Amino acid sequence: MADIVKKATRDSYGQALVDLAETMPNLIVLDADLAAATKTGGFKKAYPDRFFDCGIAEGNMMGIAAGLSTTGKVVFASSFAMFAAGRAFEQIRNSIGYPHLNVKIGATHAGISVGEDGATHQCCEDIALMRTIPGMTVISPADDNEARQAVFAAAATDGPVYLRFGRLAVENVTPADYKFEIGRGVTLRDGGDVTVIANGLLVGEALKAADMLAADGISARVINMATIKPLDRELVWQAAAETGAIVTAEEHNVIGGLGSAVAEAVAEKCPVPVLRVGVQDTFGKSGPALDLLPLFGLSADAIVEKAKAALALKK
Amino acid sequence: MEACEKKRLTAAATRIRMDIVEGTFHAKSGHPGGSLSIADVLAYLYTKEMRVDPKNPSDPARDRLVLSKGHAAPALYGALAEKGYFDRAEIQKLRHIGAMLQGHPDMKGTPGVDMSSGSLGQGISAAVGMALGGKLDNAGFRVYTILGDGEIQEGQVWEAAMFAAAKGLDNLCVIVDNNDLQIDGTVREVNNPHPIPEKFAAFGFRVIVVDGHDFEQLEMALAGARTTKGQPTAIIMRTTKGRGVSFMENQVSWHGSAPNKEQYDAAMAELTARLQEVEG
Repeated sequence: MADIVKKATRDSYGQALVDLAETMPNLIVLDADLAAATKTGGFKKAYPDRFFDCGIAEGNMMGIAAGLSTTGKVVFASSFAMFAAGRAFEQIRNSIGYPHLNVKIGATHAGISVGEDGATHQCCEDIALMRTIPGMTVISPADDNEARQAVFAAAATDGPVYLRFGRLAVENVTPADYKFEIGRGVTLRDGGDVTVIANGLLVGEALKAADMLAADGISARVINMATIKPLDRELVWQAAAETGAIVTAEEHNVIGGLGSAVAEAVAEKCPVPVLRVGVQDTFGKSGPALDLLPLFGLSADAIVEKAKAALALKK
Repeated sequence: MEACEKKRLTAAATRIRMDIVEGTFHAKSGHPGGSLSIADVLAYLYTKEMRVDPKNPSDPARDRLVLSKGHAAPALYGALAEKGYFDRAEIQKLRHIGAMLQGHPDMKGTPGVDMSSGSLGQGISAAVGMALGGKLDNAGFRVYTILGDGEIQEGQVWEAAMFAAAKGLDNLCVIVDNNDLQIDGTVREVNNPHPIPEKFAAFGFRVIVVDGHDFEQLEMALAGARTTKGQPTAIIMRTTKGRGVSFMENQVSWHGSAPNKEQYDAAMAELTARLQEVEG
């Protein structure tokens, strides 16, 4: 067996932009003095005439992206999730979302796995912020395979898209023939007792959790829900109806993210217990990412625990 | 500038002022003061300066205008109606449910509106992005953006100004409506943005200070902006808030309140008399 290659989705983002540029002459990439970290630096090197560093001014960057898009450009505006979704929320809402402009927000360094930089940089609120903007598509890919496809899909979609990428290198968890589609969840493993709906780096943990649950005789379905908005409600309802219990898992506050989106959908049509694995409404802290994730309950163990609790709630 | 030209511009600006009064009266809300202060520059821009075609409002080659001080939308709507983008009857429906004319500019719903705006400080960034897009395509269009003097208290304005000058966007013309009043009082009392010309000069702009109600000065300033190479231009217009409706002039209370019937009648009588005087 070949060595397992780990790659951060921010690297996938940077490479996908370079690949995309060949066939998309109107592609423009903006950054806010983080090109080395968001990995748009490769694009900058390959296509210096189509890359603009806006400096440390994220609000202005979003406005420039909006203006550029009105001249027919497909613009990717890049920063850390904290400063893209957080700092520039209102610029995204009013200058990009309201006029439904063709701007893609490439937000890296999302979640607790930012690690040592600590709470000010560990954005666990971005999905909640972005999915409340009407017309905004929100995607949190799980691995390199999916992240690259998500960048291409976003570029091919007219209108605003928020793409969430991580800093931490992760294994590929999707199969080689995996096909990402905006708004489509994908069942990675079938099961009948409980469904784990995850995205981002929690997809890998969900698959591990399914193995652990199987050892205890529990059959867990695992769905990768990379698109939080528009949510694949049909797939959620099917899982609720067929397994009768749901656990969500995400590297985000349990308020407002995937867990909330799934719970909203389930409550409207097929009420079953929905337990949420995620950051429990708290700020992050400094430390190595791999130590922080279990500390904040973002682990296969936490998913197993919640899955058993959800099973106990089943009627 | 020839007398007949000046008359034509004055008449256009007066009709825009009538639209402002008409629209805010029927809406029972809106911002007449800061709309009236930019009626003259809008009349000049849409009559003489900008290469636009109301029959082809999304022409990629057109000049663009971003009303960064989006609350002055009634003035923009008046200018667009004057130019023929839509029927003047729309003005009376301003801010009504289902109306084309929203409280603040909506590029998706109103022909001739080049950017949705209204949250202060954001329009200038979009204008900078448009100007950058024009440069990338070697398109010859120019981009104008009108800001309030209170609006420049927003930090984003200076982020945008820094970028525009750093990239040498000489196809960008920033126009500051310096009427010296904002909601909470004079701009000096609230949070003094002065000296404004010096600030834009320090950020790398060519700066031209004019009387914003003098068409000859506006003509020279806009011509100067058009011929400036390698840097953006900032035209700082000294204006009077409420200009043209005597009881609204220099009164901060007219920033965001609509005229009642009596005030409407008085304002329209004054503007109608002005129009008759101009048109003879």
